[in-house]
Amino acid sequence: MRTDKTADKTETPNNGSSRRPAGLSEAARLELVETAKRYPIKRSAVLHGLRLVQEEAGFVTEAGMREVAALLEMTPHEVYDVATFYTLFHLRPKGEYLIQVCRTLPCALGGAESLLSHLEQRLGIREGQTTPDGKFTLVTVECLAACGKAPVMQVNDEYHEAVTTEQVDRLIEQWRKTPLEQDAGPTDRTPAKGARRG
Amino acid sequence: MAEVVLFRNRDLPGYTGSLADYERQEGYTALRSMFTQYPPAEVIEIVKRSNLRGRGGAGFPTGMKWSFLPKERTITYLCCNADESEPGTFKDRELMTVDPHQMIEGIVMASYAIGAHAAYIYIRGEFAAEAVIVERAIQDAYKAGYLGRNILGSGFDLELTLHRGAGAYICGEETALLESIEGKRGLPRSKPPFPATHGLYGKPTVINNVETLASLPHILRRGAEWYLSIGSPPKSPGTRIFSVSGHVKRPGNYEVPMGITFRKLIFGLAGGMKSDRPLKAFIPGGASASFFTPDHLDIKMDFDEVAKAGSMLGSGGVTVMDDSVCMVWAAVNLLRFFHHESCGKCTPCREGSNWLLRVLRRIEHGQGRLADLELLPQVCGNIAGRTVCAFGDAETAPVISTLRHFRAEYEAHITRKECVMGHANRALNTGTAGDSAAHPISFAGH
Repeated sequence: MRTDKTADKTETPNNGSSRRPAGLSEAARLELVETAKRYPIKRSAVLHGLRLVQEEAGFVTEAGMREVAALLEMTPHEVYDVATFYTLFHLRPKGEYLIQVCRTLPCALGGAESLLSHLEQRLGIREGQTTPDGKFTLVTVECLAACGKAPVMQVNDEYHEAVTTEQVDRLIEQWRKTPLEQDAGPTDRTPAKGARRG
Repeated sequence: MAEVVLFRNRDLPGYTGSLADYERQEGYTALRSMFTQYPPAEVIEIVKRSNLRGRGGAGFPTGMKWSFLPKERTITYLCCNADESEPGTFKDRELMTVDPHQMIEGIVMASYAIGAHAAYIYIRGEFAAEAVIVERAIQDAYKAGYLGRNILGSGFDLELTLHRGAGAYICGEETALLESIEGKRGLPRSKPPFPATHGLYGKPTVINNVETLASLPHILRRGAEWYLSIGSPPKSPGTRIFSVSGHVKRPGNYEVPMGITFRKLIFGLAGGMKSDRPLKAFIPGGASASFFTPDHLDIKMDFDEVAKAGSMLGSGGVTVMDDSVCMVWAAVNLLRFFHHESCGKCTPCREGSNWLLRVLRRIEHGQGRLADLELLPQVCGNIAGRTVCAFGDAETAPVISTLRHFRAEYEAHITRKECVMGHANRALNTGTAGDSAAHPISFAGH
């Protein structure tokens, strides 16, 4: 799997940062065009396109949505319409590590609440917030379909099941030390022409 | 020990689910003989005769679903529903990762039966690792000639594409799934027309669950009569995978013949209650199914027996709760889920889930009134049966059933501020799991 490459880790999108989020890389554009060929209509690849934008920019950027729209013969606002429906798409920058704690009944029976408060304590943030260094975002999510091993959290793409507080502490230590390979990906990112966030 | 069918390879030492491993366990042999032995109509007949019923939730007979396709049609699509999202259910995830080719073989069989030359697996977006495994299996199947042009020299072509969702419970509803593949928001369609006539891209379409499709290679290899000989024939034959979660010693997926009792599943296979506290309630078939109590333990787990007892076998997710659990809290938890996942298309569901959640929350926190116990069923009555999909009915199930079985507990919250979890005295705005900030409570208009 691709890893999240966070281009812009600031919590507030309107802080006047000069680093504007980019659109799609050439490789991603090609991949999207190829994917669209699997369907009778190009638009069917829109979820894939938005995923590519998010993987490369760290979140779904306006430039990315415009680019996906152009490639799939949609209007930008049709793409925006889709992007705002699905919970895995983030229209604002998030932390390098997105910690998603499942809180639906089976996990709640298995200690989701104490897992969440432990994480809040360890990270010094509340649910829904990002650490000031842009490293971690903590959110709750609904059922991840891993109820046999509660409590469950998904960190970026990876599931962590039957997690204990000791494991959480170890993982956080590890993540604090190892940044995801930033900007190690394709260098041919297009400048974010249409990006006007905030 | 009862026969294990779908998980027969799972516990073999060293079994990886690779194509080579699957072939070593007779994988794809049933597909090969199907092409030489049976014309498509015969495959439909066998599946009809086997009385295989959909494993996604509704339990609709698979062969009958296939036969609703119009006789005259040019393009037909098959969709495999792998959008497993029903709280308490995690069987498809294991089926796909342990033995992905079993599902793919079933997809080729179903496609052949209905004449589909393009099939899509709709897998939920969160399943990133699972998507890698399934994609790899698809590529291997193409290379080995089980997918693509002229499969095994039969002249039958099939293109199979893995389509990843992006986080939306509702996309498990079959018409929302189709909308999502078409690149739109996952809003269920008004029916009729049904997908059999107007499905994906407006063409005749069949949508089957992962477990349903994975059952096909076994039925075709061993025959409809064999299938009818296990489980609870004639109406609920075969084995089924039940996902057990909550307060049991051994949570997990259990493949059992249909028709064993809940007692045997919970207290036998799943090891009984964790920390040996007494059983208080269980959900027999995912969050959309009505709660059961210990009085229901001896009900047979087949579609009709569970329906007769006032709930449903649904997706096969059994969630077990001991006496430390407050039933109002449990209802609040599930209504928060439903409120979060309501797609917003139908007003009764969108607004109703919000009101149910608000009223339940104030009861949980000791601020309810006795009239609320009449208000809740009244609101439910304005939701159930008044929406374009079954979601509306589903969101009323936890409310109505906990009220029915645990009314005294609701009353204790209201009149005596008593709660087994101590929530009745907890301030309303410090609710569970930090979710109160997202849903500020105000009852000004009520």
